Amino acid sequence: MPGWDEWYKETTRRYAHHGYATISPDLYCRAGHGAPDDVTAKIRAEGGVADDQVVADAEGCMAYLRSLPILNGKIGLMGTCSGGRYSYLTGCRSDGVDAVVDCWGGGVVMADDGLTPQRPVAPIDLTESLRAPLLGLFGEDDQSPTPDQVAQHEEALKQHGKHYEFHMYPNAGHGFFYYDRPAAYRAGPAVDGWEKIWDFFGRTLQSA
Amino acid sequence: MCTMIAERLTVQGSGKGREGWFPLTQAYVSYDHPIYAPLDHALNLDFVNDASGLGARVAVELDAASAEQLARAILEVLEQAKSEHLTDGDL
Repeated sequence: MPGWDEWYKETTRRYAHHGYATISPDLYCRAGHGAPDDVTAKIRAEGGVADDQVVADAEGCMAYLRSLPILNGKIGLMGTCSGGRYSYLTGCRSDGVDAVVDCWGGGVVMADDGLTPQRPVAPIDLTESLRAPLLGLFGEDDQSPTPDQVAQHEEALKQHGKHYEFHMYPNAGHGFFYYDRPAAYRAGPAVDGWEKIWDFFGRTLQSA
Repeated sequence: MCTMIAERLTVQGSGKGREGWFPLTQAYVSYDHPIYAPLDHALNLDFVNDASGLGARVAVELDAASAEQLARAILEVLEQAKSEHLTDGDL
C-alpha cells in the first residue's frame, strides 16, 4: 500500500477463491515498471493519474470480463483508498456496473481549491448519476476521509435516493484491511468488513 | 493515495540508493500515504534520477513534526553557511 502491490494481488486471488472472475488493473502502468513503491512514488509526485484515464481503464476491464464465457453478466467494483474513490467514480460515470464497494476512499468529497487537472470534478457531485448499489466501509479515526466527509457523502446519497449501506468502525483508521501494515490493521473490523463485502456482492451480483 | 498534495523540483546533487551513489535530477515532496512508515500520512521525500529508471530513488518518510524540524534545520544551516562559505551564485 499504496499501489499495485502484494496486498492487492492477494486480494484479487481471494476474490477468485470466492468464485469471482477478477481483474486488478495496474492503474500506474504507464509510469513504467518496477518495484510498486518506486512506481507509486512517481505517480504520487505527479498528483495521481487522471480520473478520465482510470475510468477508461476500468471500462476496458469490464469489457474484457464481459467477453468471458464464465461471467454471469454482473460486474462489481471494489477499491481501497484512492481505489475506493475510483470505484465510486466509475460507478457514477460508467454503464454496466451492478455493485460498488468503496473502502475508505479519500477525495470523494473535495473542496473547490483541491480540484486539479487530473481530478477536475469531486465524485460526490456525480452522486445523482450513481447507477449501482453502494457499500462503504470506513474507520472513525481516518483523516481521509474524515467521519464528517463520510457523513456529507451519505447525505448526498440520501438526497438522491440511492441504495447504499455505510459502516463506520470505531478504533479503526485508514486501511484497516492491510494485514501487512501492523499500525493500520484491525483484525475485528477487517473480518467483519470482508463478511459484509461477501454478503453485499452475493446479493447484488448473483445470477438473475 | 488520497491527498495528492505534491511538489516536484529540479535539483543537483547525489544520492545513495540500492545500487550505490547516483546523480540526482529531481526531488519529490508530498504529504500522502507512506509506503513503510507506520503512519496514515507522512511527509515523503523522494530524490530521483528520472533518466536512470524508477529504481534510482532515495526515499524518506517523516512524520509532520520531524519534517518541519528538518526543513528549519536545513534553512538554519544554510543561513550559517551564507556568512562564511556561500556566494550569491550558490543560491
